[in-house]
Amino acid sequence: MNHPAPIIIVGAGHAGGRAALALREQGYAGRLLLIGDESHLPYERPALSKQLLLDSQPADACHIGSAEQYQTQAIERLAGVRVAAIQPQARRIRLHDGRELDYHRLLLATGGRARHASLPGADLAGVQLLRTLDDAAALRPRLHTGQRLLVVGGGFIGLEVAASARQLGCAVTVLEAGDRLAARALPPLISEKLLALHRARGVEVRLGCQIAAFRGDGSVSAVALADGELLACDTVLVGIGIQPNTELAAAAGLAVGNGIRVDARLRTSDAHIYAVGDACEFPCPVSGQPQRLETWRNAEEQGRHVARTLLGADDAYAALPWFWSDQFDHSLQLAGQLQAAANCVTRALPDDGVLLFYLDTAERLQGACGWGAGNSIARDIKLAEMLIRSGKALSAAALADPACSLKSLLKGVTSV
Amino acid sequence: MSHWIAACDVDDIEQEDVLRFDHAGRTYAIYRAPDDQFYATAGTCTHEKVHLADGLVMDHIIECPKHNGRFDYRSGKALGAPVCVNLQTYPVKLEGGRVWIALADA
Repeated sequence: MNHPAPIIIVGAGHAGGRAALALREQGYAGRLLLIGDESHLPYERPALSKQLLLDSQPADACHIGSAEQYQTQAIERLAGVRVAAIQPQARRIRLHDGRELDYHRLLLATGGRARHASLPGADLAGVQLLRTLDDAAALRPRLHTGQRLLVVGGGFIGLEVAASARQLGCAVTVLEAGDRLAARALPPLISEKLLALHRARGVEVRLGCQIAAFRGDGSVSAVALADGELLACDTVLVGIGIQPNTELAAAAGLAVGNGIRVDARLRTSDAHIYAVGDACEFPCPVSGQPQRLETWRNAEEQGRHVARTLLGADDAYAALPWFWSDQFDHSLQLAGQLQAAANCVTRALPDDGVLLFYLDTAERLQGACGWGAGNSIARDIKLAEMLIRSGKALSAAALADPACSLKSLLKGVTSV
Repeated sequence: MSHWIAACDVDDIEQEDVLRFDHAGRTYAIYRAPDDQFYATAGTCTHEKVHLADGLVMDHIIECPKHNGRFDYRSGKALGAPVCVNLQTYPVKLEGGRVWIALADA
């Protein structure tokens, strides 16, 4: 596989960085370029809203690989560089400075950018977003005792920052337009648990809340609600999701839906161009419907998978969706698919924890969601993943029974 | 030099399971393998500082409760990305119904 033109990876985030390292791990010896618009090494994002704000982990602990590793493995990093255009016919990209580079294969790992609130005053100082290491570094000094933080958006970024800020002594208010927290991703029962935890820890949460404008003289000092109420604040964190970076692909004529469209091999509508991570829309292995996932595991697994594909493997990407969120001293995890399930079984756990199991009409597990103190539900969700993959028919009564170990169900020790 | 510390009772851990043990400001993970052998490693994942005792033991593998980090707890060997740094392991002996681990003298 030694071609004169390199494999070029556009986007040096989690998926791009992982793909580059995995290509070398799998024995690719040709030229390899990793182009990113940030100055940092590729990094994982989960700590940005938690450990980095709480000072419990340095920024470089988020890095994927070290500078030495990229150097010794001859992964050519172009950092702080933007790609201006792709010319698929010529198999060439043009950088912002006008340089043109030929590729043998191109991997788009362009990720997403935090969506900004399109409201008056959104450009005031102190209206912050959180997507990058630099964003986290800019937010951190604003969070200390006595500071008032308003969080716009009751999704994972907003809630995790709210929990961190509360632990740092801030007065925190979360404003959510919908009628429950993290509604796009979570079952209603888990939204309720999240709400109860945040309120118990002193976060003011307002649901069904419409914002009209950010107010301030140079820097933000209040948020105006649609009903006219003014909420005073020192900092606003806007956490209303990301916009996938698909413009480069669209301008090159690649198929784009709610992300860069790829097939089950993560190949775009151009046979020489692949896409992975937050930016890509791929067929759900279960339903076949296009889906786009913004999770750590998706970036990690697609990065690794595409490396194998670029080197000739032909298996479909079929990793199970999985994510977690840590808030205060609690965590939630979700595996598989919940939407298509016919039946939901609830298992109550000690200390207000809970596991939810989602079964299809043949009583096979399709998805599971857990909530509890610390990482208490982690191993059960891991076992649930294995049960999903096993395709076994399961007894709802056994799943509901806290005394029935999921490991015994997996190993078939317990009769169903 | 090292010294032996009693970490737990033999019966505190089920087969194919793991227990957290904290001692002198450090944390350890004690394992009981399916074949009833006992092992001990450092208590947190080398990727991020997450307690391994919350993870899942299958055969001789411990999987971190976050991410996908997997280790062979007998040798401490990291079994691929995202973990690439091996776990420290500690000698274990059973005596008087208790599990003892050997820690280096400070």
